[in-house]
Amino acid sequence: MSIFINAKTRVLVQGITGREGQFHTRQCVTYGTQVVAGVTPGKGGQEMDGIPVFNTVREAVNRTGADCSLIFVPPAFAAEGIMEAADAGIRIVVAITEGIPVLDMMKVKNYLAGKAIRLIGPNCPGIITPGECKVGIMPGPIHKPGGPIGVISRSGTLTYEVVYQLTLQGIGQTTCIGIGGDPVTGTTFIDCLEAFEKDSETRGVVIVGEIGGTAEEETAGFIEKHFSKPVVGFIAGLTAPPGRRMGHAGAIISGKSGTAGAKIHAMKKSGIHVCEDLGLFGEFCAKVFGHA
Amino acid sequence: MKIHEYQAKELFKKYDIPVPAGGVAWDPPAAVKTAATLGGFPVVVKAQIHAGGRGKGGGVKLAGSLGEVERITGKMLGMTLVTHQTGPEGRRVGKVLVEQGLSIVRELYLGIVPDRSTAKIVVIASQAGGMDIEAVADRTPEKIVKVFINPLDWIRSFHCRQIAYALELPQAAMKQFLNMLPRLYRLFVEYDCSLLEINPLVLTAEDKLVALDAKAGFDDNALFRHPDILEYRDLAEEDPLEIEASKYNLNYINLDGNIGNMVNGAGLAMATMDIIKRAGGEPANFLDVGGGASSEMVENGFRIILSDKKVKGILINIFGGILRCDVLADGVVQAAKKTGITVPVVVRMEGTNVEKGRRILSESGLNLITAVDLKDAAAKVAGLVA
Repeated sequence: MSIFINAKTRVLVQGITGREGQFHTRQCVTYGTQVVAGVTPGKGGQEMDGIPVFNTVREAVNRTGADCSLIFVPPAFAAEGIMEAADAGIRIVVAITEGIPVLDMMKVKNYLAGKAIRLIGPNCPGIITPGECKVGIMPGPIHKPGGPIGVISRSGTLTYEVVYQLTLQGIGQTTCIGIGGDPVTGTTFIDCLEAFEKDSETRGVVIVGEIGGTAEEETAGFIEKHFSKPVVGFIAGLTAPPGRRMGHAGAIISGKSGTAGAKIHAMKKSGIHVCEDLGLFGEFCAKVFGHA
Repeated sequence: MKIHEYQAKELFKKYDIPVPAGGVAWDPPAAVKTAATLGGFPVVVKAQIHAGGRGKGGGVKLAGSLGEVERITGKMLGMTLVTHQTGPEGRRVGKVLVEQGLSIVRELYLGIVPDRSTAKIVVIASQAGGMDIEAVADRTPEKIVKVFINPLDWIRSFHCRQIAYALELPQAAMKQFLNMLPRLYRLFVEYDCSLLEINPLVLTAEDKLVALDAKAGFDDNALFRHPDILEYRDLAEEDPLEIEASKYNLNYINLDGNIGNMVNGAGLAMATMDIIKRAGGEPANFLDVGGGASSEMVENGFRIILSDKKVKGILINIFGGILRCDVLADGVVQAAKKTGITVPVVVRMEGTNVEKGRRILSESGLNLITAVDLKDAAAKVAGLVA
């Protein structure tokens, strides 16, 4: 089992004919993902490696039955792309694009409210159910199929580091989700945890957070009340100075809010096993999940 | 992106939000010339730096005559102003804002920010203006009123009335406020602000509302559609190494520590800084070369770290995904050959083409310390600072 995507997921790629879109589409196909369509306005009727390209998402959905969209559209047009996917009835939208204006994303988030759609990202590496389906830009081989651990992260390469250390310890993953490093994102830690709680194959979860905002604190509160499986947490940015944006648009300590210390404190208080030494992350998880 | 108070006030004027009469000056004669046009005294001289808390640090002074304007401006220009927001090193004052003094009856707070958890635009107001709003929120949260607005909709008159009544404005100022707040909201939305703040918004003896101070911040992601805001960039407010890094689209922040580091990905970069600290060092910088960095970007990033005098050792930590380890290794070798390595460098690589990358480094003849994993890298960094 897994959450959100599996071997049956039918993926379309928005921005498939761009440099990044082409490269990562090929990587996903190689991994075994069913990429059934691409969308680039003005390039309808063409093909990319035999994958049909359409002008609009609606046409692509009607003709191919795609239910998941992977977005590589440039920042200025990405918000529009997400809303187009929502309007066409896509079930899961994965937005890789980094640099979407915050106001655009706030509009998107309100536009999606109440619709039966899940947005993952933006500014994220995507989502992977190892051995079944990869909808994103993460390197496939570092993952180990079969579970029993779910991974949720605000980061990209830090997620790869964490996943790789799990794999080296022989700990497989059910699904790994990068929820994104922007201040406004579609799917939250809590959304993923609700799904992992229901997934019988997932026996524990890893949460990778970072400075900025209060998502980790809210998540800790949720876990204490509603999540029954063991959770390992990691927070990046203990040494980050206040008031500076640390690469990710959302990674900023404003005033007293968003510090790593406050997040670690909230997580520990809620019974989350917080690993404070990234070098020992895999071993730490082996100890915690050994009895999971 | 941050801008100066005088620049924010230029934007305010564009949106008909009242600000005190005045102008910016780069030298005492210009300050005197501006002061002479204001029609009376006192005149206020305000240091223009990208940090708050200027009053307490001596960056805001009253002048009772043109002679005083000249003397105060002369002293203020070139001084290093230290406030709670500048850090102990302070900021050098390069320009002042000269403004008409007002007879102030009340000081209010008015701000607009995006709220990340609700994805709404929030207008914040308080009768306790002129103070640090975070301190007010901490000690007397009941003195703060917030109104949340859906960005798909627009600010409505009932939103404005909610704020106006909470501020207990006199009848005479009510109409002015109800006209002004939607304009401030429009400025916020049209310019993709990350912050608009008037602290204080003053009520004068004549029952007029005036923005005595003005602070504006902008969403870096949206600057592509605001070329006029980019014109406001003040390089004197930025760190020279950060300016250099920005030329190559490198995400670099200069810090106080002794161990430089170069990483791909922002989260891993922060975690790497934390590792340095755990190992007994202090990070000298944050540097995310990005997911798709070219060897040229790596070379420039490495060169910038090497040029930082406080750096006593360097940790390179790459988890190759899209950025392949061989590309990284090429960049490091190029930079090292051009600049020369004067401090010990620990390299930890994992992921795509790692074998090829390791071979390039070992065949380069450079004196690099290789680490097999993060645990090993941390131990080797600890060795550098011991």
